Amino acid sequence: DLASAASQGGMGIGVKFPALLAPPSSPEADAALHLLQDASLGSLTVYVVPETSSLLPQGISVYVGKHRSALVRAGGGLATLRTRIRQLTQVMSFTASSIAAALSDRVPDGQLSPDARRHLKSSLGYEITFSLLNPDPKSHTVDWDIEDAVNRYVQPVLDKLSLVANFSVDSQILYYAVLGVTPRFDKESSSFLLSAHSLPHVINPVEARLGSSAASLYPVLNFLLYVPERSHSPLYIQDKDGTPVSTNAFHSPRWGGIMIYNVEAPASPQASLPLHVDVDMVRVMEVFLAQLRLLFGLSREELPAEFLLESLGNEGLADWELDRLLWAHTVENIATVSTTLTSLAQLLDKIGNIVIKDDVASEVYRAVASVQSAMAELATGHLHSAFQASKEAVTSSERAFFDPSLLHLLYFPDDQKFAIYI
Amino acid sequence: LTQGFWRTQAWGQPPLQAPAGAELWVWFQPTVTNVDKAWKELSNVLSGIFCASLNFIDSTNTVTPTASFKPLGLANGTDHHLLRYAVLPREVVCTENLTPWKKLLPCGSKAGLAVLLKAERLFHSSYHSQAVHIRPVCRDASCLAVSWELRQTLTVVFDTFSSGQGKKDWSLFKMFSRTLTDTCPLASQSKVYVDISPKNKEKELLEVTPTPASVHEAIVQGDKRTYAVYDLLSPSLFNTSRSLNVQLKWKRPQDSSELPTPVLHAQRYVSGYGLQTGEISTLIYNTHPYRAFPVILLETVPWYLRLYVHTLTIITKGKENKPSYIHYQPAQDRRRPHLLEMLIQLPANSVTKITIQFERALLKWTEYPPDPNHGFYVSSSVLSALVPSISAMKNMDVEQSPLFTSLFPSSDGSSYFVRLYTEPLLVNLPTPDFSMPYNVICLTCTVVAVCYGSFYNLLTRTFHVEEPSRGGLAKRLANVIRKFRGVPPL
Repeated sequence: DLASAASQGGMGIGVKFPALLAPPSSPEADAALHLLQDASLGSLTVYVVPETSSLLPQGISVYVGKHRSALVRAGGGLATLRTRIRQLTQVMSFTASSIAAALSDRVPDGQLSPDARRHLKSSLGYEITFSLLNPDPKSHTVDWDIEDAVNRYVQPVLDKLSLVANFSVDSQILYYAVLGVTPRFDKESSSFLLSAHSLPHVINPVEARLGSSAASLYPVLNFLLYVPERSHSPLYIQDKDGTPVSTNAFHSPRWGGIMIYNVEAPASPQASLPLHVDVDMVRVMEVFLAQLRLLFGLSREELPAEFLLESLGNEGLADWELDRLLWAHTVENIATVSTTLTSLAQLLDKIGNIVIKDDVASEVYRAVASVQSAMAELATGHLHSAFQASKEAVTSSERAFFDPSLLHLLYFPDDQKFAIYI
Repeated sequence: LTQGFWRTQAWGQPPLQAPAGAELWVWFQPTVTNVDKAWKELSNVLSGIFCASLNFIDSTNTVTPTASFKPLGLANGTDHHLLRYAVLPREVVCTENLTPWKKLLPCGSKAGLAVLLKAERLFHSSYHSQAVHIRPVCRDASCLAVSWELRQTLTVVFDTFSSGQGKKDWSLFKMFSRTLTDTCPLASQSKVYVDISPKNKEKELLEVTPTPASVHEAIVQGDKRTYAVYDLLSPSLFNTSRSLNVQLKWKRPQDSSELPTPVLHAQRYVSGYGLQTGEISTLIYNTHPYRAFPVILLETVPWYLRLYVHTLTIITKGKENKPSYIHYQPAQDRRRPHLLEMLIQLPANSVTKITIQFERALLKWTEYPPDPNHGFYVSSSVLSALVPSISAMKNMDVEQSPLFTSLFPSSDGSSYFVRLYTEPLLVNLPTPDFSMPYNVICLTCTVVAVCYGSFYNLLTRTFHVEEPSRGGLAKRLANVIRKFRGVPPL
């Protein structure tokens, strides 16, 4: 009964009852147990500890580790244990709504929940660009040590995500790049405010200057740090209620994020321009990494009160969050492949003049074989091989669909053939 | 990217010349394993960034020169297999190419000297050329670290004589319709140099306003030239007026322009008649009175003009001139163009004529461009030489005049490097008649219709006798009237 409750999530869950353990705290227990288990991708190990155990802190009944395991307190009978484990699988693994969000491009809008966010589309790689915008170089000379910050804070997260896609990071500094919206001056706080409904208009004029999409093969994620002009300082973002946002940043799904960095006015008004500004990279990187997690869909939903999540440290994401991402991307890849091949077949029915050469045909066969093996691997729960197979399927189907040789004879009219034969 | 051709005999020696159309040359690092693949990717990426059709660069117009080009910055080895050179002579330059070029400048066109560069005045000119050069340089004098230097140049020739009522006076406002108001805060140097060299040792021939703060003298391309310098970063410049409008007025009317003939210049043309054979002739002039020097000539001819190298003749002063180095790579149909590189010694005060005959090929009907009767372009040939200068040059300090040392570098004081380009050629190839399929359809359908139609009629037409009908009321009335008139009834 317990095993069936645990396997309602649809993947392999091993439930173990350890006999005797006396380490002092849950993170150390988790780390020690991590060495014992086979933490293959997509698997989840739940350890049930006795009710009176001191392993979990008081008042906490479920402890979620940062590897693929969790500690659950067994108390109050099987019914409560079953509820706790069900909640745990919904947090640590995929749910129907998370799969529907992955397929959000194909599901009609009415069926999705209203806050099903549009996460980044699954792709073979992503290019991350950090830009520093300085619209007023006469007043501010801004320096940021981006290379060190990337190596220290961003690279560990990207290394963890390297299973999902290839990442490349670059940075630039743009001058005289203004936001498209003039902020309002607010008398009470004597600061400038950008209201929430003017934020969509901010991005368009800046994007023309960013200019990296022409040179990259993969989708680009832009993270901008904007230092407002001296005449518009300090600048705050207002959310819908009218209160200033604490991090002074916002993000746009599938595009990237913008953070506004206010420079304190100098103590004496006669200070010589330009002012030298050294950007505090810790504050900035906290915000950007949080936005990166949101863009990928790794956000934390509301947890029940008795759950405790282990803190992630420098790595930025837990193994089980990586698994969630992989489940979503695998399903999305398979859906993409089926759409691509179906549209190719429909196109062939409508237009008889499309040339299918042998190598295009072999790519189509390879895509179909990869998709079938991906579905088979998913059914047995082997996430890693399913993901690799789905990636191969996407590559083959895109190569077949976008091959330029398909269009060689497209505009060859039938009456010219008639004329030639006559 | 260049629009127009630099008329060397009318305008003098160019500071930096480029061939008409688009030119791209790249030295790859020795760590690159597949140079051709990297070349293709690079030309496609640059095509996207600069909005130019550089993606048409493929193996049919790329060559690997052996001697004409050397790396501009620091380089370890010069294996010429790492070099690729391509020219697209048909490329047109317009505002969409200028905008990404301006975007590369740190202040864009919002501050500094680039404020003047507005497209509607810049393209109203006789010659327009913009270039981007990237090379590795030493970061400081000890050369412990290497940085990348990005150099952007823009060469424009305005014809104020024809647009300025016959006077040769010009001003920044007349040329660009705006003036300089401030400097780019990120620039460490921002200067305007105006050439006020006196000709024929006459002073007071021209007047420059406002009065320049300093005057700089340099030997540029063998000539002693004087420049008036306006330093935009010096605070005294904008004291009197908020904007800087440099004006030049000639005191006496000039009847003829006495520009000195450059020491090395060249011309190229195609001769012959008909659509089968032809001849390419290149004339190289050395006007130095007593010094001879060698020049490297690089010619790239597309594969559809089949060169006959046994007809190559080089004649100087009536006698044959044998080149000391020839590198010839024959073309492969639809794969590679001809490459001809020669090192020719030019005697003093002479004209050298190089001729080579070719035959035109017939292309397949899908290979013709959209307007085939316009002709096919042959890209400019490249002449590289170390020209001895007439007056001695002294080494200039890099710190004091970075513009002159990077534009006109000279390793020793006696000669300077010049790279010239000849005109591109326009050659007609035998063109088929593209309306023939339509004609065939019309003709055959007409013949079939006439033949078959008349035959069918002949076989199946039958004749019936038709009873005259009584006709309607109007007809009977008309017959009655006709009977009265005595005319036969209807």
